[in-house]
Amino acid sequence: MAEPLPPKERVKIPRQAMPEQDADARARNFDEVNLGLEVVAAQCEAQRCLTCADPKCVKGCPVGVKVRDFVELVLAGDFLGAASKIREDNVLPAVTGRVCPQENQCEGACIMGKRFDSLAIGNLERFVADYERESGQVALPQRAPLTGKKVAIVGSGPAGLSCAGDLCLRGHDVTVFEALHEIGGVLLYGIPEFRLPKDIVRQEIDNMRAMGIEFQTNVVVGKTVTIDELMQEEGFDAVFVATGAGLPRFLDIPGEHLGGVYSANEFLTRVNLMKAYDSSHYDSPIYQCRDRHVAVIGGGNTAMDSVRSAMRLGAGKASIIYRRSMDEMPARQEEVHHAQDEGVQFLDLHNPVEFIGDEQGILKSVRLVKMALGEPDESGRRRPVAIEGSEFEMPLDVAIVAVGTGANPLVQSTTPDMKTNRWGYIQADEESLRTSKVGVFAGGDIVSGAATVILAMGAGRTAASSIDEYLQTGVWETDSAAAES
Amino acid sequence: MFPIVEARFLAPDVKLFRIQAPRIARKRRAGQFVIIRIDEHGERIPLTIADSDQDGNITIIVQGVGKTTRWLNTLESGDAIRDVVGPLGEPSEVESFGTVVVIGGGVGTAIAYPTAVAMKQAGNRVISIIGARDHERLILQDAMQQTSDQLHVMTDDGSAGTQGFVTDALDQMIQSGVVVDRVLAIGPVPMMRAVSAVTKPHQIPTIVSLNPIMVDGTGMCGGCRVLVGGRARFACVDGPEFDAHEVDFDVLMKRNNLYRDQEAEALREFDEHPPESVTRSCQLQHHHPEVGPRSGDDSRSDVPVTSPENS
Repeated sequence: MAEPLPPKERVKIPRQAMPEQDADARARNFDEVNLGLEVVAAQCEAQRCLTCADPKCVKGCPVGVKVRDFVELVLAGDFLGAASKIREDNVLPAVTGRVCPQENQCEGACIMGKRFDSLAIGNLERFVADYERESGQVALPQRAPLTGKKVAIVGSGPAGLSCAGDLCLRGHDVTVFEALHEIGGVLLYGIPEFRLPKDIVRQEIDNMRAMGIEFQTNVVVGKTVTIDELMQEEGFDAVFVATGAGLPRFLDIPGEHLGGVYSANEFLTRVNLMKAYDSSHYDSPIYQCRDRHVAVIGGGNTAMDSVRSAMRLGAGKASIIYRRSMDEMPARQEEVHHAQDEGVQFLDLHNPVEFIGDEQGILKSVRLVKMALGEPDESGRRRPVAIEGSEFEMPLDVAIVAVGTGANPLVQSTTPDMKTNRWGYIQADEESLRTSKVGVFAGGDIVSGAATVILAMGAGRTAASSIDEYLQTGVWETDSAAAES
Repeated sequence: MFPIVEARFLAPDVKLFRIQAPRIARKRRAGQFVIIRIDEHGERIPLTIADSDQDGNITIIVQGVGKTTRWLNTLESGDAIRDVVGPLGEPSEVESFGTVVVIGGGVGTAIAYPTAVAMKQAGNRVISIIGARDHERLILQDAMQQTSDQLHVMTDDGSAGTQGFVTDALDQMIQSGVVVDRVLAIGPVPMMRAVSAVTKPHQIPTIVSLNPIMVDGTGMCGGCRVLVGGRARFACVDGPEFDAHEVDFDVLMKRNNLYRDQEAEALREFDEHPPESVTRSCQLQHHHPEVGPRSGDDSRSDVPVTSPENS
């Protein structure tokens, strides 16, 4: 066991680097890029923690993981203890340790980050979760006595899973409904294997099943069963809607219907959920990327996931086309760097204006216009403006449109008394996540618009406390903003 | 898992399945579809629901054309399908229009049938036209007869009904002065396009049910987008039925060809090395005595009539 060092010494320890698969090799395989910290490196990293009396990292975490406490347990060599400490607040530690934008959350709040590199909290979380999984000794938290109350969760993505976990621990009877054939939502269909191995997601789901949560796949709430039917006929006392923002946006330019033009959702679903990359074992096809030029339109994390997947499908050339400059790119820096290391080309300050096809209706090129940055827009970023007369045609075989998503209306359209805003997102009270419909709560991307895994999980936790309170008191206050507007 | 409670061929390569799916059976309405995945390695394919019953079963009718549908057609009663999800899509718009012509081409008749039933129940005069390449490939003739005020049967080779295309019967009907208030046409894309071309000059509202390539069926992937009136619409949530006169059939056909090479390769692989589970019932056409020229009619007659709640 390592002895704690005085703070002056701790800050001298460099942040331990995450070992990675070699860039050239990993660009052509779907194995995980980050390899995880070894025990020595993890404890060395843990020693860097200043063990603040008032840890800012905990406040920076949307689900409130007790970072200082678990890091101390890592330092003490009690890795399993550290894992159960995380599990008190976070039902998916192996997932969040991999996909959270820690630099904006726990690590962004870390005091050490003011003068030195912040503590590598995400890497430590991942280390602890992996250690626990590999040990086979997952210590699931103790469940409160059963309450006999039934809660339906609509959607099995991060918001739904996190809410389900908390409600289960509080002794409620929880059923999660998923429209697709497998549990996990965006963790399965959206985030690629090389960033989040699906076996890890499955293991976490199995843990939740072991806790007593029921999962039902192939149920499209709004179609297979409505919220009213769940509450009136199937005996659910409350419902949490966590359907995410799954409707793909397109560019609305000529030629978008051509073969070879995908939404990022379709491309990633085919690759991740349907395993199209493993065509000798799985039946879902994907358009041939091998030795071809694949370009992704957009600069977010989904764009990076798409372009790096295309690279792994054997693309001869994989590009990002982004209308602003590299500085405005919304993707995590780590993702951009990984993509650059893997050979992805970045065409910033370019915007497609037309996709051009051959006689068979297959994409053969894209017409691009060069952009310049103008005055800041409502997002605070400088608005991209097309440079007149700068259009040119670039040969292209596959285009993947990753310019954001919107609200899927399936649940809302069959639940008329649950109010939505003008973009179709569900209106929910900010604090209680209550909707305008009694007994129905909503959270995650279907309320906030597309965000991150951990923010959705935070919403799931908030909903869980709110639902728990409602189930205990039976009081439904109708003075919320959602009910009024 | 979704157990198959009945499986039988209606025509060569065309098989009827009744599958236990109580939630779907209760909710489904004419025009809606399910997405199925046979096993954990399979792809997701959309199939229109032909019928449902009070015992919680849905009926689908499948034509074996690619690997997945051929594989599906080797399954028997007692087997199970891993995933069945639905009912998806918007139901057919059914109201009292007056005289409705329902056209089914090939296995499209299976998709047209529930809407014909619903149209009849809504008080319409239903004239049905069903067509196939030859008499062996005609399906649901008796069921369509029962639900229609008039039935026209067309075959390419004249081996049943009248020789010619469904559009010949439709054209003749319109020329002879029959006032048609609405047409519903379901079948191969070229057939639907031809029907649309016949009705357009007469401004007869015409609905077609589109079956583009699809993945999730819930509006998430956008792969099923079709151009309707110049706008991209998602067949899975906005359809599958659309105004035929607004549909860009050319784009639909081209998009449906996207994976032609991979599909051909998968089918070749399947035919040469069928999975162990399916070898028992290979070579469908030759081992199903019920698909004979005579018995076909008998097997059709007991297709259950859609229950009234579906209208």
